[in-house]
Amino acid sequence: MTDYNERPDSEELSDDERAILSELGESRRKFLGTVSATTFGVLAAQLLAEQEILANYRVPEDAVFAPVAEENAVSVTLNINGTKRALSLDSRVTLLDALREKLGLTGSKKGCDHGQCGSCTVIVDGRRVLSCLTLAATCEGKTVTTIEGLAKGDDLHPMQEAFIKYDGFQCGYCTPGQICSAVAMLDEAKRGQLSYLSENIRGKARAVKLSDDEIRERMSGNLCRCGAYPNIVKAIREVHTGTEVAETWEFVKEGVNDAAV
Amino acid sequence: MKYIGKAMSRVDGVAKVTGKAKYASEFDVKNVAYGYVAQSRIAKGRIKSIDVSEAERQSGVVKVFTHLNAPKTKSSDDDFFALQSDKIVFSDQPIAFVVAESLEQARFAARLVKAEYEEEKPTSDPRSAPTVDSRSPKMRGDAPAALAASPVKFEAEYTIPIEHHNPMEPHAGIAFWEGEKLTIFIKSQGVQAFQGHLAKCFDIKPENVRVVSPFVGGAFGAALNPHYITFLTASIAREIKRPLKFNYTRRQMFTGHGYRPYTWQKVSIGAEKDGKLRSVIHEAVGNTSTIENFTESPNGFGRTLYECPNYHTPYKIAKTDLPTPTWMRAPGAVTGAFALESAIDEVAYQLKIDPVEFRLINYSEKDPETGRPFSSKALREAFKQGAAKFGWEKRKLEPRSMRDGNWLVGWGVAVGTWGAGQAPATVRIALSADGNARVGSATADIGPGTYTVITIIAAEFLGVDPAKVKFELGDSDLPNAPMQGGSITTASVGTAAQGAAMAIKTKLVGLAQKDANSPLAGASVDDVEMADGTLSLKSNAAKKVAVADVMKANGMTEIVETFTSTPNAERRNYRTQAHGAQFVEVKVDEDLGIIKVTRVVEATACGRIINPKASHSQEMGGVVWGIGMALQEETAVDHRYGRMMTTNFATYHIPVNADVQSVETAFVDEEDKIVNPLGIKGMGELCLVGIPAAIANAVFHATGKRVRDLPITLDKLI
Repeated sequence: MTDYNERPDSEELSDDERAILSELGESRRKFLGTVSATTFGVLAAQLLAEQEILANYRVPEDAVFAPVAEENAVSVTLNINGTKRALSLDSRVTLLDALREKLGLTGSKKGCDHGQCGSCTVIVDGRRVLSCLTLAATCEGKTVTTIEGLAKGDDLHPMQEAFIKYDGFQCGYCTPGQICSAVAMLDEAKRGQLSYLSENIRGKARAVKLSDDEIRERMSGNLCRCGAYPNIVKAIREVHTGTEVAETWEFVKEGVNDAAV
Repeated sequence: MKYIGKAMSRVDGVAKVTGKAKYASEFDVKNVAYGYVAQSRIAKGRIKSIDVSEAERQSGVVKVFTHLNAPKTKSSDDDFFALQSDKIVFSDQPIAFVVAESLEQARFAARLVKAEYEEEKPTSDPRSAPTVDSRSPKMRGDAPAALAASPVKFEAEYTIPIEHHNPMEPHAGIAFWEGEKLTIFIKSQGVQAFQGHLAKCFDIKPENVRVVSPFVGGAFGAALNPHYITFLTASIAREIKRPLKFNYTRRQMFTGHGYRPYTWQKVSIGAEKDGKLRSVIHEAVGNTSTIENFTESPNGFGRTLYECPNYHTPYKIAKTDLPTPTWMRAPGAVTGAFALESAIDEVAYQLKIDPVEFRLINYSEKDPETGRPFSSKALREAFKQGAAKFGWEKRKLEPRSMRDGNWLVGWGVAVGTWGAGQAPATVRIALSADGNARVGSATADIGPGTYTVITIIAAEFLGVDPAKVKFELGDSDLPNAPMQGGSITTASVGTAAQGAAMAIKTKLVGLAQKDANSPLAGASVDDVEMADGTLSLKSNAAKKVAVADVMKANGMTEIVETFTSTPNAERRNYRTQAHGAQFVEVKVDEDLGIIKVTRVVEATACGRIINPKASHSQEMGGVVWGIGMALQEETAVDHRYGRMMTTNFATYHIPVNADVQSVETAFVDEEDKIVNPLGIKGMGELCLVGIPAAIANAVFHATGKRVRDLPITLDKLI
């Protein structure tokens, strides 16, 4: 069969490729092998935007569609990021899937679909909510704020600014959920809501000043596999206290890593 | 340097914090259909019959595919492809693929697929599975004889369970065809590798396949291979002649992209009474599947670490009725480091030598395998700086000798190392007269900050503000780049970006010098500085010319240069490795066995750091991964059914925010003129390698209990 890409002969691998292969094992070869032989592409005319890639796509006439497209339809009107959206939805549609699949608001993420990871966190009537465990039909008349609704135009929400400043993310997938969760969590603290770590559980609720341990505890429903947790805590702490937080890295000796070189 | 080495926020930060960054399943493709798989309840055997009639009758269902009607791959690779035959080789293997107008309809109908099986008893326990020898490096010296003759002997067995990557973004794809041309948005660490894979599967030319993956929601090795999702999504889209979207569920992730293999290891060490190592025999058996022989190098990584004349690393794989494993962050190395760096700690205790001191006694000054020098190795300095930062000198050697109230305090250390690799890569830069630069390469950014780091390098050598640089990646149409794996991206693509920028400068200087009256007349490229849109003489900054004027004079609006970097030949004369000394404090509740990792110091010697902000984030990630591996992560398999059981975040635990406390990084100065012009080594794997061992060593120091089977859960301490 035609073999367009493979460089099956290990002799063609560079020393470094071979070293990597020997560290990582045999079967990586075929994929490393593909990288050098394909033709050079041209620099894409624009940033990888869907408009560019999808501009000319038309569904062919013989495309296969099912005869009935929707069932169990329910009507629901949601107030999302300040805009009323009237929808007719399959009754099984979750708030998360309504946002992502019906409304094009893909900022809210699906990480587990079981309420175990927090990636789908949005703010409903001022409270943080797992949108994957919330049926859209139960949100009639409710006010939903998603990550797309936090910034005012080009002005980012302070929590968004702080996440960038403290590098509170890497891959970025859990980030919208972390930020929505953090914003609502600080409101919970303002309202004096308690956590597992609260020491004083008696008396009238009053605004709570959060320690780092409290922030960690209250943010533990939002998983981050890249491990940005310490930076997430820093970002939230700055928004909470208005005080800058110190870096936890340093160049320990001047030399090659000194920017002055 | 103006930008390199300075902390910079991510250039894709705004896109990520506003939800605008588009991950694979988020492209707005009209008329998209949804796919959902039905999965096998048996682990081994064949499908006797499969009934899809009820599923097909459901509202909204477009079509149901099984092995009887699904398209077959034309690739001869031994990867697992779904729906190719009636044979079942692992539990939860796809047996049917339902396509419907909505996700809800597809999901519901998939539950109505009924299959009957001819069932065989699976062997999923690697301990009872048949093994085959895998290739291992030749024995150094005579390890068994040296072991027998050693005055100090040690031997212990270590195991790690199967672990899963669990990136937050489940694998997803959207595919559509325009005639013979395929476009697929898919989670990928290497768009061109996927392009080559799909071209082979369909026997079409690679230029007819476009793979797009601008943002990847974590991968850690899980998206190096295309896995079954890629061909399944692409091939079914062709059948239904319309766009198709297919996402793995979290549960499907556990059998859909591979995992870190279960690994049994035995470490035998022979030493002198003064601590000098005489012999190491590090055996390993990892599991694989029945369909592919997956190998990594769990024991090979240690061969360069210590000056030890006799070293043997036999390696076998056990063929189980489970899906095929794959590379998972710091593959092999972190597995092996857990065993070797635990064993080293054990020998140090046996000899009552401080664990840092013990490692320095056996420090390898040159590659013990070949006798070649290291291109650079500041591990000694890393030990010194890391120990100082951590406060190691206050440590008492005896276990259970330090406490904080009811908490036993333990301090542990381990070494990490990872090869400083580099692969050929191409970068294209288009510099406009207005000072904007478009930079492109088909690499990926799965989270380490590649968008930013390549922007920094391009800005540095083009002499423009990073804000004027736009770097594109994750599109197979872009110039060639290796997959993002093995910590080679910055060394590979960064070197190419530097080269392309230098090529532009060379071109501009040449163009400027076409003018006989040029202030740069007679100067070599090295005599010229390009900064802030100006070319000037380094010796006399007043002699300058604007880049825009040079272009204008030559009737150009932009200059485009493409540069391919390849690893330099000089590397062959050296061993190129990055190293780290990793210090951990744990606190263990004396009564309940609860373990907290309260403090970690990563002292890292990995060449030049381009963006310390994102590099520190990598270090944190390595620590968090190390905490997960050491204390929490385990994919439990029910061997009666050959079935992975802990296939969700409720039962497969990864660290949460409350599990992680102080993580500090000390970037140790390490100049390396051999690895590549910028001296970049890579660090994404390195920062994890020693952490699980350091935690296990700290737990021993705290409690006096040596746990050799991960994860170290509290039941193993009380």
